[in-house]
Amino acid sequence: MKRVLIILLILTTGGIKLSAQTKGKKAPAAKPKVVTGAVMANGKKIYGQYCLACHMADGAGVPNMNPPLTKTSYVLGDKTRLINIILNGLSTGEEIDGETYTNIMPPHNFLTDQEIADVLSFVRNSFGNNAGGILAAEVKTLRAKNTKK
Amino acid sequence: MKKILLIPVLLSALVFFTLYAFKDISALGGPKPDADNVGLKLPEGFGALKVADLGAKARHIVVTPQGTIYVKLARVKDEKGIIVLKENSDGRAQITGGFGNYGGTGIYMKDGYLYASSNKEVFRYKLNDKNEVIDPNNPETIVKGLKMGRQHETKSIVLDNDGNLYVNIGVPSNSCQEQDRGLRSPGIPGCPLLDSAAGIWQFKKDKLNQSYGEGVLYATGLRNVVGLDWNQQNNQLFVMQHGRDNLNSSWPEIYDTKESAELPAECLYALKKGDNAGWPFMYYDGLQHKKIVAPEYGGDKKKEADSKYIDPAVAYPAHMAPNGLLFYTGNMFPEKYKNGAFIAFHGSWNRAPEPQKGFFVVFQPFKNGKPYGDWEVFADNFAGTPEKAAMNKADHRPCGLAQGADGSLYVTDDAKGTIYRIVYTKK
Repeated sequence: MKRVLIILLILTTGGIKLSAQTKGKKAPAAKPKVVTGAVMANGKKIYGQYCLACHMADGAGVPNMNPPLTKTSYVLGDKTRLINIILNGLSTGEEIDGETYTNIMPPHNFLTDQEIADVLSFVRNSFGNNAGGILAAEVKTLRAKNTKK
Repeated sequence: MKKILLIPVLLSALVFFTLYAFKDISALGGPKPDADNVGLKLPEGFGALKVADLGAKARHIVVTPQGTIYVKLARVKDEKGIIVLKENSDGRAQITGGFGNYGGTGIYMKDGYLYASSNKEVFRYKLNDKNEVIDPNNPETIVKGLKMGRQHETKSIVLDNDGNLYVNIGVPSNSCQEQDRGLRSPGIPGCPLLDSAAGIWQFKKDKLNQSYGEGVLYATGLRNVVGLDWNQQNNQLFVMQHGRDNLNSSWPEIYDTKESAELPAECLYALKKGDNAGWPFMYYDGLQHKKIVAPEYGGDKKKEADSKYIDPAVAYPAHMAPNGLLFYTGNMFPEKYKNGAFIAFHGSWNRAPEPQKGFFVVFQPFKNGKPYGDWEVFADNFAGTPEKAAMNKADHRPCGLAQGADGSLYVTDDAKGTIYRIVYTKK
């Protein structure tokens, strides 16, 4: 119970900080509270099963091979790009913050919309990251768009 | 009272200075190890000194008898892919220049030439009688047009005594799956990638512009080789294969995370022309000591592979990434090291969530050109602490090996570019 309270506290203060940062740019629509304790717990489970082997338990990745998930625009930035990496994998070899990584990331489109949303919400709020959550609906929309192509 | 105290102090000072003086004498004519052995843990009687810090991804290395050091960089730094250093009498070295505007791994010196590889080509540079490169801007292109993918892209090189150059061509794939590293993705039948990768190709050392058409596929079924060397005792090529990854993440129903961390073995192979080490159809299980059919090709972690595939000469723990292999022919180290192999294990990542392993240099005893007896960790703690090694947060990652004219062992680090020199100080 205590742990749940602490997580909630962290999440709410995180949310306040974020909304404070974005204030002034746009009138922010009320952020949906998607990153609940349950989302974090499920996201962590999925991370352990499908992500940890390459990106490591602390999200730090492996130099030259598997990119880190910490302090990178790939995780904290554009949600569309991030969701698409899970759905389609990444094999372009592009530079990520000045470094290149050799391993191919296979598509993880076998995960459900909810699983992808949860694991990305977990990653965006773990390892020192603090960004908004991702909704299953957002994944669903992108998946539909991708299959139409 | 004070006088009584003074006596042991004086005595210990005397002992200290005597020891210090002897240490000086023992190291006479050779460089002295750093007080902390550059953080390395070494067997008794050995010490290490820091030759240089390059601040670049230092891969393979050549040390000439004149004390010139050539280091191949994985990525070009200030338009230089090969860094040249000159040693002082104390063993420290200064960067004196560089050349070769290409990244890569392989570098090797033989018969008056320096050979170096990009990830697609092999070049050679003529040396003068001081083993200095005569014309760094105009190398001869010996091999070109080699396949290069994103992974296993480096080309390691070595020469034999009969005018041949051996080049590793790693395969840009983990296990030739339809979807590389994908979940339950099957192997592509016959694995067409084998026609131009996953093997060692042999070329003439002095013929220009060779490619696949002029080369000979010397040995196949080798996923990726980074460390390789020519054994002068029995005139044979030895290579260290990087074994496959992702047994659990691709095949969770067959392998749990613990099995995935311990399989397959990292293998040392003694190669003959025409050998097939079996990738991607099999892997070597170092726990069962068996060749096992890969899950992508119908394996169930028990089914044994075709006996036509060669056995390893030695099997080491999984995923430790052997990046350097050197047969020691020097006279500085004690007798047991002579003609044995040093292997630089860069360190694992594919053991997670189990603790990572490696980040050390191993010694493998040999007798009459064959492995003889158990291997041991020779130089440890490149990572900084055991915790950093376990978490893949190593400060340094050993990669290339070279032997100095005096019999010192040089080790490169491709994380921070530290060049280590390991010496034997006991007489």
